[in-house]
Amino acid sequence: MSTWVPTEGTSEALLSVRDLKVTFPTEDGLVKAVDGLTFDLNAGETLGIVGESGSGKSVTSQAIMGLHRGTRAKVEGSIGFEGRDLLKLEDEELRVMRGRDIAMIFQDPLSALHPYYTVGNQIVEAYKIHHGKTSKSAARAHVIDMLERVGIPNPQKRIDQYPHEFSGGMRQRAMIAMALVNNPRLVIADEPTTALDVTVQAQILDLLMDLQKEMNSAIIIITHDLGVVAEMADKIMVMYGGKAVEGGTADQTFYSAEHPYTWGLLQSMPRIDRERLERLQPIPGNPPSLISPPSGCAFHPRCAYRDDENLGCSTIVPEFDVQDWHPVRCLIPAPKRKAIFDTEIRTPSS
Amino acid sequence: MFAYIVRRVAAGMVMILAMSLVTMVLFFASPVDPARYTCGKNCTPELLEQNRKALGYDQPVLSYWVDFTKGIFVGSEFPKDPALKKSAPETIADCPAPCLGYSPQSSRPVRDIIVEKLPVSASLAIAAFIMWMIAGVGLGIVAALRKGTLVDRAIVGSALVFYAFPTFFIGLGLYVFLALKWGIVPVPAYTSIADGGVGLWLQGLLLPALTLALVYIAGYIRLTRAFVLEAKGEDYLRTAQAKGLKSGRILFKHTLRGALTPIATVAGLDLGGLLGGTIITEQVFNYDGLGRTAVMAATTYDLPVTVGIVLVAATFVITANIVVDVLYAVIDPRVKYS
Amino acid sequence: MTTTHPESDVILEVKDLQKHFPTRTSGIIRRASDPVKAVDGISFTVRRGETLGLVGESGCGKSTAGRTMLQLLEPTGGSIHYNGRDITGAHGNDLRKLRTEMQMVFQDPYGSLNPRQTIGTIVAAPFDIQGITPKGGVKAEVQSLMERVGLNPEHYNRYPHEFSGGQRQRIGIARAVALRPKLIVCDEPVSALDVSIQAQVVNLLEDLQAEYDLTYVFVAHDLSVIRHISDRVAVMYLGKFMEVADRDELYSNPLHPYTQALLSAVPIPDPRKENKRERILLKGDLPSPINPPSGCVFHTRCPRFREELSDTERKRCTTEIPLVQKIGDHEVACHFAGPSKVEVL
Repeated sequence: MSTWVPTEGTSEALLSVRDLKVTFPTEDGLVKAVDGLTFDLNAGETLGIVGESGSGKSVTSQAIMGLHRGTRAKVEGSIGFEGRDLLKLEDEELRVMRGRDIAMIFQDPLSALHPYYTVGNQIVEAYKIHHGKTSKSAARAHVIDMLERVGIPNPQKRIDQYPHEFSGGMRQRAMIAMALVNNPRLVIADEPTTALDVTVQAQILDLLMDLQKEMNSAIIIITHDLGVVAEMADKIMVMYGGKAVEGGTADQTFYSAEHPYTWGLLQSMPRIDRERLERLQPIPGNPPSLISPPSGCAFHPRCAYRDDENLGCSTIVPEFDVQDWHPVRCLIPAPKRKAIFDTEIRTPSS
Repeated sequence: MFAYIVRRVAAGMVMILAMSLVTMVLFFASPVDPARYTCGKNCTPELLEQNRKALGYDQPVLSYWVDFTKGIFVGSEFPKDPALKKSAPETIADCPAPCLGYSPQSSRPVRDIIVEKLPVSASLAIAAFIMWMIAGVGLGIVAALRKGTLVDRAIVGSALVFYAFPTFFIGLGLYVFLALKWGIVPVPAYTSIADGGVGLWLQGLLLPALTLALVYIAGYIRLTRAFVLEAKGEDYLRTAQAKGLKSGRILFKHTLRGALTPIATVAGLDLGGLLGGTIITEQVFNYDGLGRTAVMAATTYDLPVTVGIVLVAATFVITANIVVDVLYAVIDPRVKYS
Repeated sequence: MTTTHPESDVILEVKDLQKHFPTRTSGIIRRASDPVKAVDGISFTVRRGETLGLVGESGCGKSTAGRTMLQLLEPTGGSIHYNGRDITGAHGNDLRKLRTEMQMVFQDPYGSLNPRQTIGTIVAAPFDIQGITPKGGVKAEVQSLMERVGLNPEHYNRYPHEFSGGQRQRIGIARAVALRPKLIVCDEPVSALDVSIQAQVVNLLEDLQAEYDLTYVFVAHDLSVIRHISDRVAVMYLGKFMEVADRDELYSNPLHPYTQALLSAVPIPDPRKENKRERILLKGDLPSPINPPSGCVFHTRCPRFREELSDTERKRCTTEIPLVQKIGDHEVACHFAGPSKVEVL
């Protein structure tokens, strides 16, 4: 990766999102859920979007799928997918792409699957809608094959069972089978393992990586778990209050993080692979309001390194320079950030 | 599932018998002497005593109930008097099983009365049911899909108007204006299919069924609207959308299947409740159904008819309950009875 | 049965604790059938001032165990001694008095606070119930508690919905420590919270423990949080303890194949390390706690059973219930306990 995104107009990425903004009108005011996101994603690549609740990570994925159409949300910017701007497509043009070119895996497979239809019915439906000419029996055979590929034992029998007859892990496998049944080029996985136990999570992450290699799909994995992105992601975008605050390769994020919020995340997490620290170092305070975010840098009220006098953290809005190879939305000069990371944040094992 | 139904039906039968006992206890506890109502103008104490004995009102309530319950299974005779049967067998009315009692006021077995009146009430209930289901559920879906628009508010608001007026007011209003004043529809009168064919039967049902439907529509609009809105927020609809399904398919296959299940439950219970007779609507339109008969029986202290109608109505309600629960397991694969 | 004395350092002693939930047969006449064995014979002691971590996957019975040891659920079998006193089956007044010494913090900060009560009322409830008036009055005490857990005491009259998830969990904690209990069972207290808030609450719990000499039983599924907060850790599977050991010992040298698989499944936030790791994958799903597998309950999914054992050894796993044995400082319920062949962390 040279720069975060190439110079204007030259992107040949599978997905290129430019200055994406999603706002919702509410009684209390305008919620700026996503506020100017820019990133690229190539075929076969995995982007991890990391953030806490309210950071805008899930809204981003729904905007890419066009799921905000017909609601009161306003989506601006552009979402280029194979050279076409998804935001400018007619509803019908976008519908045809959903599930075929871009598919989604949701957090809780129990509520994301319809309780009244068999798993097979729902996956066959996902296949048939984009393969109208295929016969029912051929579609069914294809789905059985797909269930087998995602590791569901005895698929001939399981295809006719209902979601509630599946265990949590098997349900998420079925959900993955449904998402991948049309061989999509982009898969968005929104917290795909958050509802699962850790031993099942390990199975599911393995499965996703295997299938990605097989199909050469691009994956966006949305999660709050830094461990999951460490395992899955090639690049990582850290979001805070609807904005990207740091972007880079997985190595950059973990071994030379430069944003104080990323530092906060790395330090506040207890580590399973390390001897216990005396104390965790939490990020003080609470996530920002999306209706009236703090002035200047949205993170400044919680930032241990803020310097209002010299840097203007509470007044100047920092930029996210997408022409940088490791963009960081922070007013602290880069050399100083690197020095802070090296002396205070880096731990012996990283 | 079979075991479940057997258990429910058994429990339902016990409940029905208990209800008949409760009705009798209330009746016996009344200070009015029911035998007095069977005795006419030229009543003498001897005649009164004779009638009381013939009707069985001289026994304790429990043994009256045992006699009655026995009658359901093995039949009975009225009056129960072996001496009289020998001397004047023509004065004994036979009441074969299932015997629901014998009405002294109308000199007929209760079962015959119910068999005569039930079709009137049932026709009315079913016709009204069809009307309010189509209109209520349909409008409720439209209101939910157009949530927050003028259409939504118009539907919900006007439904509320009908809901707010008492039944007799709506009934009389329709009767006076549509039938009498403007003559848009003929004056309603019940004609059975056997007597006048389907056309006349429907014509007679139009206004009373409409009255009853209007009362129920409001509730169904609000219920449907709420359930459809709730279903629209379900994660599985987002999945359906993300699959690339067309909006029509999302609505009919995914949204409504989830939303309408609870409506089926409420609808089944409402229908079960109405089959046993509607008092006000039948009164307003002078429909000779179970509701009106029940009112007559209660005001003339005709215990056998009162108990009979209570039993029939209770049977419908209990059956509806069982049917609805079983239906639920059919609609929702997650529901399993064991 | 050994009795412990109040002055000993054991605050809670649990022996062979069982909690079964009844189920019924289908059929026209319904009889009681095999129960769900949520907790099926666990024994352990909790030492005064320590934190015992109870970890396992969903359905392993850890929450039920936590509730049963506080008598929120009535145990089906076994005994619980608190400070040497048998409290098994305590009820009524006895139980109410015990509540001044044993408290609970719940997972769901939304569900465990009455939405129609103010924070002041919620935190004051323990005083009302016990009929205790603290020095300086209930309100002053409640406000100082609120301040202690990091809430603004002026928000005394606000309702739960006006607080964020992290603040609500602080309210739950203030309520739990109000009577200065000796033992608190924390049931997944941070799993509903965001990472940055999680650390705040964990630190608060640690501070309160030092300040009030608290003993914790900390129930959680997050192995990283458990490693941070616990002094000793018990690993549960299908209602039974698989392994109990001191924290660092358990994490650096797990001896039970289930502990090994569990630790190896947790992704580490360190990509280079993560790429090099070899994962022990468990096959299949959790068996039903109504019909747990015979012998060792873990054998159906055990990688060691599958890959390393001979047929005669396997026979032992499928027929003989492994007893808890002491190996070094570990208590392990496995016939073939031993270090893993691959590095788990």
